[in-house]
Amino acid sequence: MQEHIVIIGNGISGVTCARHIRKRSDSKITIISGETEHFFSRTALMYVYMGHMKFEHTKPYEDHFWEKNRIDLVHGFVEDISYGTKTLKIRSGEDVSYDKLVLAVGSKPNKFGWTGQDLPGVQGLYSYQDLELLEQNTHPYGTPENKQRVKRAVIVGGGLIGVELAEMLVTRNIKVTFLVRENKFWGNVLPKGEGELVKRHIIEHHIDLKLESELDVIHAGEDGKVSHIMTKSGERIDCELVGLTAGVSPNVEFLKGGDLALQRGIIINQYFETNQKDVYAIGDCAQFDEPVVGRRNMEQVWYTGRIMGETLAATLCGEKTKYNPGHWFNSAKFFDIEYQTYGWVFANNREGEKSFYWEHEKGKMCMHFVYEGSTGKFLGLNTFGIRMRHEVINDQLNHERSIDYVISHLADANFDPEFYTLHEPEIAAAFNSQTDYKVQLKKKSWKRILRLSK
Amino acid sequence: MKKIQLIAITLFAITMVAFVSSLFISGFQVSSETINSHLDSKGMKSEILKERLLNEVSGVEFSNSFSATGKIRSVFIESNAIHEANVAEHRSNKEWDKSNDERQNIAKGNYRDFAYDLMKPSGNGHVHENKGLWLFLTFGLASIASLIFILINLKVLGPAGIKNTGIYFENNTSKGWIAWVTFSFLVLFYIGLYFFPSVIINWTYIVDPVKDIFGGGGASQWFLYGLLYCTAMSIMGIRMIVKYRHNKYQIVRTISVVFFQVVFAFLLVEILPMFGLPGVDLKNAWPLDYDFLFDWNVTNLLANGHFGKFVFVWGISLSLVIIPVMVYFYGKRWYCSWVCGCGGLAETLGDPYRQHSDKTVKAWKFERYIIHFVLLFAVFMTIWTGYTSYQQVYHPDMDYNDKVTLLGISSDTIRSWYGFLIGSVFSGVIGTGFYPIFGNRVWCRFGCPLAAYMGLVQRFKSRFRITTNGGQCISCGNCSTYCEQGIDVRAYAQKGQNIVRSSCVGCGVCAAVCPRGVLKLENGPEFNRISPDNPIVLGNEAFTLNSDITD
Ligand SMILES: Cc1cc2nc3c(=O)[nH]c(=O)nc-3n(C[C@H](O)[C@H](O)[C@H](O)COP(=O)(O)OP(=O)(O)OC[C@H]3O[C@@H](n4cnc5c(N)ncnc54)[C@H](O)[C@@H]3O)c2cc1C
Ligand code: SF4
Ligand code: SF4
Repeated sequence: MQEHIVIIGNGISGVTCARHIRKRSDSKITIISGETEHFFSRTALMYVYMGHMKFEHTKPYEDHFWEKNRIDLVHGFVEDISYGTKTLKIRSGEDVSYDKLVLAVGSKPNKFGWTGQDLPGVQGLYSYQDLELLEQNTHPYGTPENKQRVKRAVIVGGGLIGVELAEMLVTRNIKVTFLVRENKFWGNVLPKGEGELVKRHIIEHHIDLKLESELDVIHAGEDGKVSHIMTKSGERIDCELVGLTAGVSPNVEFLKGGDLALQRGIIINQYFETNQKDVYAIGDCAQFDEPVVGRRNMEQVWYTGRIMGETLAATLCGEKTKYNPGHWFNSAKFFDIEYQTYGWVFANNREGEKSFYWEHEKGKMCMHFVYEGSTGKFLGLNTFGIRMRHEVINDQLNHERSIDYVISHLADANFDPEFYTLHEPEIAAAFNSQTDYKVQLKKKSWKRILRLSK
Repeated sequence: MKKIQLIAITLFAITMVAFVSSLFISGFQVSSETINSHLDSKGMKSEILKERLLNEVSGVEFSNSFSATGKIRSVFIESNAIHEANVAEHRSNKEWDKSNDERQNIAKGNYRDFAYDLMKPSGNGHVHENKGLWLFLTFGLASIASLIFILINLKVLGPAGIKNTGIYFENNTSKGWIAWVTFSFLVLFYIGLYFFPSVIINWTYIVDPVKDIFGGGGASQWFLYGLLYCTAMSIMGIRMIVKYRHNKYQIVRTISVVFFQVVFAFLLVEILPMFGLPGVDLKNAWPLDYDFLFDWNVTNLLANGHFGKFVFVWGISLSLVIIPVMVYFYGKRWYCSWVCGCGGLAETLGDPYRQHSDKTVKAWKFERYIIHFVLLFAVFMTIWTGYTSYQQVYHPDMDYNDKVTLLGISSDTIRSWYGFLIGSVFSGVIGTGFYPIFGNRVWCRFGCPLAAYMGLVQRFKSRFRITTNGGQCISCGNCSTYCEQGIDVRAYAQKGQNIVRSSCVGCGVCAAVCPRGVLKLENGPEFNRISPDNPIVLGNEAFTLNSDITD
């Protein structure tokens, strides 16, 4: 009999896993997922709301892809799993049995027990249903001012999804107040310079950004819908919509009370194995019992979900493989400013780390390099408004290049479109004047970029 | 600000209404002199035609171009029908001489050009008497209104950046009724331009004052088209630059493509004849320029001294040497997005519709069949017409039938079918008319034989690629949505593979709209240009990447 691998969740991690299993083996694959029939890109939800795309465009594969690759899709929610008999129950009543089970069930928006957090007009932004709800809670694009359902929205929590929500709402002419607990934007991740840059840009987009303010209570009006909120400092803000974007947490509610080991997420080892035989977990919902050195025990981003899916597929097909992500990288966009990060740049330098920060005179581009003070070893880079070449930086991190090497080879790493003004001379000059290094810029070399020579 | 924009749109709509109604509010009165001299100059001998024209057309006040065209059409066709019937009768009586004589009476050509020639000198009425005023009311005001609208966007749309907000909500850009009206207008316009020029003759009056700058003589429908083309491209080019003002690639490329259109396809074509030289578009390359080896073009060039010969040699080297070499170094974008007029219109006037291209695998398959079919068709047609031109130049005394016949097929037949199907219907009516519904590069993607030719070079021997930035893709789909060539860019990017596709015109918009900085158009070594099929995407150290060939 063919082995039956069942995957719960058709997000990036579950789908990547399924695709790679199919590449490697002939097992029967079933993906069960409740949110949408087909895989779509969660990261693109904002573009659907803003009218850049239609929902169909967010689907990375055409609908015939699944049948062609013999990946069975079941649209439904799993309610219960019996690990002993290796069966699971779908809400519609059907039972499915598995030989191996992959939990790739993602996350849900955090709610911290605020009074009023479940009122109509209060919502997070994670799922397709959240997008539909947001359409209901707000007015259509182009609604004249006097007919707008929502005049002001309050967004709680200054992270990436919060900025996206702010950008979305602005396109419907909604005024946005953004409550951020920290004293700088995305304060637990971004260093001061970058935080300031993003803050300025958010304000440039007419967002009422309130740093160091926290939500206290959400109040309803006579119609039972949100009417205003109170901050901890006692300020009242009238609003018709509250967006809760204070992070996400693993979506493990339906797994509680069973035999599966859970903490915040599903506990796994480096092979994605849970405490139950033949049950694995990947993506947003997973929590490593022991994180890979230097990394967090929960990684809730697109890329790690994909890497976990790729890796687990090998194990499931008989080639037992450990989670071994390369150097950290991530990216995002704050309104018009793109952000990429490679390696580690923390909000505050760790012990022994040094920073070099360059900002363009117009204040919309910056680069922040972190290196080891004693050896000069390059550790990481934040870049805003300038694109960098992943392969090159990754290679520099792999080879433990020194900071002066990295600065002098900036031309290799630049990934901006052709004809863009290059700021490398300026960056190098700033570096030389701020440090004792005297770097000379090297010309861009395809040989180095393609790693044909050192 | 938004109010002013609303006023500008309204003004633009009014100018469009004025433009269309100008077709209906000017009459024609064809004089007997016009008729006589035209028949003489064309060597049309038919007495029936002449008499009927003098009786039924000359002196009659036609209230618009449709009724005038209609009348001339029926006279032309009926007169020919009588002569053809006579020919048949003489033949059946075996009166060969009579039949041959009568045959001379059948008017050559088609009634459309005939009507155009008779009507062009015969207009009267408001448009004809007030050309300058109408030029201002249509071209002038429309340009001003559009510019106001576009420049206000600098303020309304906020800081520079990708502003595709509302594209799938706005009526015009999401196939609403405005798109359908625009579609119908464009299709009808092209049908008029290619097949019924006499019907749109009033529009040529409107641009007569501009033609006067270039030596006068009355604007033809092609002059009208050229001017309209340049105006649309310039204004929508400014829109493009405003929209992408943060993106230098887009700015430089847009300036280039507008420059080549205005200077090479329009100004030079108009100015060269003022110096007695043939008005050729030097950037137009075979096989897009499908009539390059037609006998009239070849003989015309060879009859025009050094300049004509230069153009002839230039045309051949452009197609056979310059184009493949440039595609090798820069990809076909150097032509399609930087130089070409068709591409230029698509990138400017067509930009608001780029998202409508079909991204399915099915469409891709269809594309590969049809575009290569057109290329083959063009090559065959060129062999046949080239043969005819060769005989024309080297054996001018040969019988006409022998000159045009090769392997039993007439080059005249092939070329008229090509001209009709590909030259007019595909590239014009469908290629541009369909912008608002099927996207802006229908012709470039499915029909252009030059694109097919350059595509083969780009796919198999070129330094151009769109590099995918390691593992940074989030599969959002912006790139695929806005690829006017219907390339599913994301399908490559999310696998970490470079995009090397014959159809990519290098517009750079996928790279511009990507919110994660994943894509870069660049020219580099051919090594690993087409990414090896890596097991995984960069960022996963659990496996080795195939491309990691050193250390
Ligand atoms: C608005 C937004 C923007 C983002 N932008 C970025 C970004 O730019 N870059 C980045 O790296 N990351 C981004 N992320 C995070 C990224 O999207 C997630 O890390 C990633 O989608 C997680 O993938 P996953 O496969 O683990 O889970 P999910 O994508 O959450 O998929 C899990 C699926 O399982 C289904 N499911 C759950 N429980 C059950 C059940 N019991 N039965 C059946 N089905 C079930 C869920 O409905 C869901 O469809 C963003 C997230 C959001 C919400
Ligand atoms: S792939 Fe990119 S550059 Fe090529 S045609 Fe499509 S959008 Fe333009
Ligand atoms: S736009 Fe960029 S991030 Fe989005 S799918 Fe395309 S390459 Fe990937």
